[in-house]
Amino acid sequence: MEDRLLTVSASPHRRTKDTTTGIMLDVIIALMPALVLSVVLFGFRSLLMVAVSVCACVLFEYLSRKVMKRDNTIGDLSAIVTGILLAFNLPSTMPLWMVVIGDAVAIIVVKQFFGGIGQNFVNPALVGRIVLMMSFPTYTNSFPEPFAWRIKELDAVTSATPLAQFAGKYNAEGALEVINGSELPEIIRMLYGARGGCLGETCALALLVGFLYLVIRRVISPTIPLCYVGTVAIIMFFTGGMNLMFTAYQVMAGGLLLGAIFMATDYTTSPISFKGKIVFAVGCGIITSLIRIFGNLPEGVSFSIILMNILVPHIEMLCAPKPFGFLREKKKKEEAA
Amino acid sequence: MAEKKTLRQEFTKGIIKENPVLRLVLGTCPTLATTTSMESAIGMGISAAIVLICSNIVISALRKVIPQKVRIPCYIVVIAAFVTIVQMLVKAFVPTLDEQLGVYLPLIVVNCIILGRAEAFAGKNSIIASAVDGVGMGIGFTVALIVMSAIREFFGAGSLLGHSLLPESIPPMTIFILAPGGFFVFGLVMACANKLAEMGGGKKAKLGGCEACPMADSCTRLQNGEACETPAVEETATDVVNEVKEAAE
Repeated sequence: MEDRLLTVSASPHRRTKDTTTGIMLDVIIALMPALVLSVVLFGFRSLLMVAVSVCACVLFEYLSRKVMKRDNTIGDLSAIVTGILLAFNLPSTMPLWMVVIGDAVAIIVVKQFFGGIGQNFVNPALVGRIVLMMSFPTYTNSFPEPFAWRIKELDAVTSATPLAQFAGKYNAEGALEVINGSELPEIIRMLYGARGGCLGETCALALLVGFLYLVIRRVISPTIPLCYVGTVAIIMFFTGGMNLMFTAYQVMAGGLLLGAIFMATDYTTSPISFKGKIVFAVGCGIITSLIRIFGNLPEGVSFSIILMNILVPHIEMLCAPKPFGFLREKKKKEEAA
Repeated sequence: MAEKKTLRQEFTKGIIKENPVLRLVLGTCPTLATTTSMESAIGMGISAAIVLICSNIVISALRKVIPQKVRIPCYIVVIAAFVTIVQMLVKAFVPTLDEQLGVYLPLIVVNCIILGRAEAFAGKNSIIASAVDGVGMGIGFTVALIVMSAIREFFGAGSLLGHSLLPESIPPMTIFILAPGGFFVFGLVMACANKLAEMGGGKKAKLGGCEACPMADSCTRLQNGEACETPAVEETATDVVNEVKEAAE
């Protein structure tokens, strides 16, 4: 040991214990509360979907690395995270072979064609979901009623999501009308997730627990989720005629929390600088709100994150921090000239 | 063009090695738009091929008469004449195809492949060579369209040439006949064509730079050693690094 202390070597001298595997493991742990709640709400079918999705993702990752003759990367657990996130973004009634197609698109087309982990230009799970959404709209847009699995056949009862009920009513009177109507689940049900929706996105509390875990473990910085949700909240607050209830529903409904906490914060597809993160998150929030208010679709979280993912290199370039002394040197040159 | 190619080479190069859509990346707009079904793809491919062959022959015959400065307008007039003829024929004999292709049939006038071949080949070569080049390129274009449309129609609508193939219990993936699916399929087919061309002794596909262009052989700018107009990405990057270094000093 003493010898090692005296050895002079090139930097870095202090190493962090963070590894890709460790970070991905933390993300998986943070997703667990939402998985448990999804089983409670939508039955064991959701667990089956997550399992199939994870297995398919790992298999596709292994096979595509093998075919492309690259080193194997299934050990970094990133394929498992993609698998869980994709399943979380689908309703629990989705046929399993469709989930596998989504996994193939996410892992093979979006991730491995562009070079594997750290090289994908958009979030793989979100593209997988969007491809499924555009291919099989009837399956991705029918949501089972929570707890229905206990009484009846799983796909017997479908319910409209809160966002679908708000569709086309984004003004003060419309918001009030929907909130006072009997259709909308109570706000407490929104908190623990007893509402129609994709299997992992409904329970706001479980997602927040995951968020706190990730922030405490310093896996993600809270900048992106807070700015993203904050932007949506502010826009919705004014759209709904300063109605706080409406704002609360808008924040908890749809995939906003899942997207803001777990998908907008993906290292590869979000900016590194603090300023860049704010621009990215506010952009996501604005696009999400615009799609909700003016778009044909009730929800726009996936599209907004993908659109901002594509802009990340430009955001990064415009928000690059200036090197120390950079400006002063330029001024000197001007003075000399 | 360093060495003179034989007529056979002129013919075969258009199919894979210099396939207008997949290797030269010309005419992408009609490619993406008309490959939603095999029927319209075949119609588009054949009409464009006829225009290409005819205009190649006429432009090659007129190459010594057309003044260099106004050659592009002259080419366009020749091409437009043939497009009008083809359009009238299609309207008269296959009106359903005319409905399917819609605006893309008259738009053959501005199809990059036809103008590109006129500029790069027919304007410099003999009539017979130009005709053979037109046939090869036309077949290459049609084959590329058929391959893409077969993939898109089968997965996107569950049918081929309008005949349903998938059982009703399997819903087709609609995204394949939408624009994003078109781009996905285009990219994948292009990758396969690059691999095939490479295996056939063609140049390996490169990313960026003038030498990467499959038309580099016939590019006069490159032969004269003129600098490309667009600066390379690495140059700007080194500029930034140098600036930072200067500032640090």
